[in-house]
Amino acid sequence: MAEQRAVHPLLKIAVVCGALILFFLVLSWGQEHWDAYTVRILNLCGIYIGITLGLNLCNGFTGQFSLGIAGFMAVGAYTTALLTMSPAVKQAVFFIQPLIYPLNSIQWGFLPALLMAAVVSGIVGFLVGAPAIRFRGDYLAITTLGFAEIIRIVFTNIVPITNGALGLKGIPPHTNLLWSWGFALVCIAVMVRLMRTTYGRALKAIRDDEVAAEAMGVNLFFHKNLAFVMSAMMAGVGGGLLGNLITTIDPNMFRFPLTFTVLMMAVLGGLGSITGTVISAAAVTIAMEAFRALEEPRVILGLTIPGVPGMRMVVFSVALMIVILFYPKGFMGDREFSLDRVKRLAAGLDRTNTSKQG
Amino acid sequence: MTLEIFLQNAANGITLGSLYALLAIGYTMVYGILRLINFAHGEIFMISTYFAFYGTAIFALPWQVAFVVAIVLTALLGVVIEHAAYRPLRDAPRISALISAIGVSFLMANLGLVIFGGRPKTFYRPPIFQVPIELGGVRVVVLFFVIPLLTAILLVALNYIVYKTKTGLAMRAAQWDFDTARLMGVDVDRAISITFAIGSALAAVGGIMWGLRFAEINPNMGLFPGLKCFIAAVFGGIGNISGAVLGGFILGFGEIMLVAFLPGLAGYRDAFAFVVLILILLVRPTGLLGDKQRVKV
Amino acid sequence: MALHRRLMMVLFCAALVSMCGIAAAASETEIRIGVYEPMTGAMAAGGQMTMEGIQLAQEQRPKVLGLPVRVILVDNRSDKVEAATAVTRLIQKDKVCAIIGSYGSALSMSGGPVAQAAKVPVMGCSPTNPLVTLGNDYYFRACFIDPFQGRVMAQFAYDKLGARKAAIIQDIAQDYAVGLANFFRQAFNELTEDPKSIIAFTSYQTGDRDYTAQLTYVANAKPDVVFAPGYYADAAVLVTQARSLGLKMPFLGGDTFEAPEFIEIGGKNVEGVYFSTHYSADAPVTPASERFVALYKARFKTAPNTFAALGYDCYNLVLDAIERAGSSNPKAIRDAMAETKDFVGATGIITLDANGDATKSAVVLVVKDGQFKLVDVVHPR
Repeated sequence: MAEQRAVHPLLKIAVVCGALILFFLVLSWGQEHWDAYTVRILNLCGIYIGITLGLNLCNGFTGQFSLGIAGFMAVGAYTTALLTMSPAVKQAVFFIQPLIYPLNSIQWGFLPALLMAAVVSGIVGFLVGAPAIRFRGDYLAITTLGFAEIIRIVFTNIVPITNGALGLKGIPPHTNLLWSWGFALVCIAVMVRLMRTTYGRALKAIRDDEVAAEAMGVNLFFHKNLAFVMSAMMAGVGGGLLGNLITTIDPNMFRFPLTFTVLMMAVLGGLGSITGTVISAAAVTIAMEAFRALEEPRVILGLTIPGVPGMRMVVFSVALMIVILFYPKGFMGDREFSLDRVKRLAAGLDRTNTSKQG
Repeated sequence: MTLEIFLQNAANGITLGSLYALLAIGYTMVYGILRLINFAHGEIFMISTYFAFYGTAIFALPWQVAFVVAIVLTALLGVVIEHAAYRPLRDAPRISALISAIGVSFLMANLGLVIFGGRPKTFYRPPIFQVPIELGGVRVVVLFFVIPLLTAILLVALNYIVYKTKTGLAMRAAQWDFDTARLMGVDVDRAISITFAIGSALAAVGGIMWGLRFAEINPNMGLFPGLKCFIAAVFGGIGNISGAVLGGFILGFGEIMLVAFLPGLAGYRDAFAFVVLILILLVRPTGLLGDKQRVKV
Repeated sequence: MALHRRLMMVLFCAALVSMCGIAAAASETEIRIGVYEPMTGAMAAGGQMTMEGIQLAQEQRPKVLGLPVRVILVDNRSDKVEAATAVTRLIQKDKVCAIIGSYGSALSMSGGPVAQAAKVPVMGCSPTNPLVTLGNDYYFRACFIDPFQGRVMAQFAYDKLGARKAAIIQDIAQDYAVGLANFFRQAFNELTEDPKSIIAFTSYQTGDRDYTAQLTYVANAKPDVVFAPGYYADAAVLVTQARSLGLKMPFLGGDTFEAPEFIEIGGKNVEGVYFSTHYSADAPVTPASERFVALYKARFKTAPNTFAALGYDCYNLVLDAIERAGSSNPKAIRDAMAETKDFVGATGIITLDANGDATKSAVVLVVKDGQFKLVDVVHPR
C-alpha cells in the first residue's frame, strides 16, 4: 500500500484557490474571445449543471421523487427578471395591464436579484414541500408535477405581475460564463460539503429506508424539507440565470418537457452521483446541439436522405429507456470522482479492480 | 344562473366526465396491480385515436370495423409496453419503473410527432352520433347519451370480470402480493398482461369517444387528459374501478361548473384538477372509495 | 472500465468532436440564408407550414447575385431557449448573412437579441406581437401587427356586421391571442364609444377541447358577435361546439384561422366564420398571389395557407434586399431591408415602416361552401 503523505492543509487551499482563479481567468478571456455559439452552449452547460444538481439532491440523494422543478425555475426566472429589468422596458412590455407597484419602478443589480430569486423559490419550495413531503413515491411525483403546473397556470393568468402569455422581454443580459459556471461551482461545492456532513448522511438514510432512518432519530420532516427547499433554491437561481441569458421568458417555457429534460440528465448521470450529474448535464446540453446532424439532410452514396425533424428527442427518449432498463444506476451510479481512483487509473491498476467494482 | 343553463352545463359536464372516467379506469387498474403510475397511458390514448383515424382514412374500413381494430391494436400495444418497459423493472426500485413510464410516454409522443406529423387530423365522425336532440332548452347530440351509457356498461362488465371470474380473481390476488399469489397457483405475469390489455382497450374506447366528441387529434393531445385522468383515479380511490369512474365524473363536472360559475377564472381551469388532487391527498389520501393503505414496516 | 461506461465515454467524445463541426465554406461561392422555425413541439404545425412556403420560393428562385442560395433550417422545437441557440448557431456556425423566422412571437423575441448583437438581419414571416421588433433594428416582419389586426376585425364587426355588443373568448396561453383580444377590445370600445361594449370576456387554454362552459356563459350574454382568437384547431372545435349549443351569431378570428384544417375539422359548422388575414387565394391581391397559389397547388396538391404564403414572401423579401444591397454583407442587407418599399408579394404590397413592421392591407375572409372567400379589404391608415 502506498505511503500516505500528509499534505499540508495550506497547500491544498492554495492549490484549490489557484485552480479557481485560473479557471475564472480562462472563462473571462473566453467570454470575450470564443465565438458566441460556444459561449452560449457553455453557459447553458453551467446553468443546467446547477439545476440538475438541485434535482439530484431531492430525487437522487434523498429519494424524494419530485417532478416540480420547472415550477421553481419559473419562480426564480420571473423574480430575477422583474427585479433586473429597467422601469422603462417594463412600461413598454406591460402594454395590456401595467406592472404592479412597487415592481414597476425598481431595478436591482444581478446578484441581489439572484439572491432574491433563491429566497422566493425557497419559500415556494417550502410551501409546496411541507404538505407534499408526506406522500411517498408516485404520489409525491404527481403532486409536485401538479404544483409546477399550478404555478405555470397562475403565471399565465396574473397579467399585472407577469404579463401573462405575452411574457417578459428586454431582460438585461447579465449572464455570462463567470456567472453560470460560478453558479455551477457553488452548487457542486454545496453538494459535496453537504453530503459529507451529518445532514448528507441523514438524507441518504432517508433514501435508503425512511422508516429505519426515523427509527434512528432522523427528523423526516426537517430533512426532507431541507432537501426540497435547497433543490428549489438551486432551480430558482438557475431559472434566473437562464432568463437573463436569453433575455425573454414566458410561462410556456416552464412546462413538463423542461422537467423531463432535467430528469433525463440526472438519470443518465446517475441519481446519486454528483460527478455523474455534472458530466451528464454538460454532455446532454452539448449533445442536444451535436445531434442536430440527425435532423439535417444527409447525402449518402449520392442519395439525399431528407432530415427528419424531431429525431433528436426520439434519440434522447430511447437513450433514457436504454439507461433505465439496462443501466439503471446511470453513468456513475452512486460513485464519485476521487483522486485515488484517478491515481489507480494512471497506475494501470484499474483493470484488476474492475471485477470488484462491476 | 337559470335552471336551463345549469342543466346545459350539467349535460356537458356528464359527457366530459364520462370521457375522463373511461381513461381513469385504465390508470386505476394498472396502478392497482403494479403500484405504478403508467405515465404512458395518455400516449396510449393518443395512439389509439390515430389507429382509428388511419383505419377510416387510409384503409377505408367501415367505421365500426376501424374502431374495433383500433381497440384491439391498442390493447396489444399496452401489452407490448408492459413487456418491454415495465416487466424488466419489476424487482427494481419503484423510482426506476416510474422513470421508465415517463420515458415511454415521451418516446411515444415524440415518435408520434415524427410519424404522424405536427398538423392535427380530423377524426371521422359518423353522422349517426351527431344527430341533435333538444330537451327543454338543453341542446345535446346522440353522442351525449352514448358516452355515459357506454361507460356505465363497461363499468358493470368490468366489475363482473374483476369480481366474478377466475381471471379477475387472479388480478385481485396479484394486487395484494405477487409471491403469495404465485404460491396459490396464479400466473401473475398473465394477470398483469390482461390488466394492461383491458386498461389499454379502455383507453382506446376513451380515445375513440374523444375523437367522436371533439373531431380533432394531434400527437400532443395525450399529456393533459392523461394527467387529469390519473387525478380522477386518485380522487376516486386508486385501485378501485368504480372509484375511478366516480372520480372522472366529478372532475369533469367540476371543471365545467367552475367555468360556468366563475367565467372570469376560466383560464385557471386546468389548475382546478391539480388543486383537487392536492386537497384530496391532504384530506383523504385513499380517495373517496379507496381501501385503507397498507404500509409495511 | 465497465463496458457501458466505455460506451458512454466514446459517445460523449464523438458528440464533442462533431460539435467542433466543419468549418464553414467561404461565402463567396454561395449565399447562405438561415431559417429558424418550430418544426417540432407545440407549434410544429405553424413552422411546417411556413417552411413549405420558403421551400417553394427557393425552388422558384434558387439564385441571387449570380450565386446559388443555400437555405439552412434549424428546428427551434417551439422552445425559447432553443430559439436563441438556433439563431446563435446559424450565425456563428453556418455563417448566414440573413435569417428568416420564427413562427410564434415568443420564439422570435428570443432569437431577436442574438441577431441584433451579431448584426445579422432577421425577417419574420408571421409573428404579430408588437414587442418583436420593438427596440430591435435588426428585426423585420412581412406581416402586420396585432394592434392593426385587432382593429380590422373590430371595424369590420362594427361597420359590416352592425355589431354593438361583442363577447371575447381568448386563448389565454398564447401571446398572439391575448394581444389580439386586447386590441380588439380597445378598438371596439372606441368605435361604439361604450367602455362596456364587451359584454362577456372569458378564456381557455390551448389544447383544451371542451369549451362548452365558456360558450354557455357567452350565449347567455347574447352578444352580436363573438371574437375568438386562437389557433385553428382550438377555434374549429370551439365553433363546432358553439353551433351545436345553439349560438347563431357570427364568430370572428385572426389570421391563424387560415389553414385547410380549419375547414376540415370544423366542417359545416365553421360556415360563416369571419377572420382577418394577409391575402386571399380566392381574390388574389397581387399577380404574385395568383402565381403563388398556382405553384403551391401544383406542388403540394392542396389549397395554400397563410403561413406558407408569408414564408414564400419572406424568402423573396430577403432576396430582394440582398439584390438591392448588392452584397452578402449582413449590415448592408439590413439597411436594404429597412428601405423595402412597395414590394409585390403574394400576401400584398409590402412596405416596411420605421419599426420594421409591414404596412399592408388586411383582408377579411369568410368560410363559404367549404372555402375561404374574400369579403373585405382594409387598408392601413
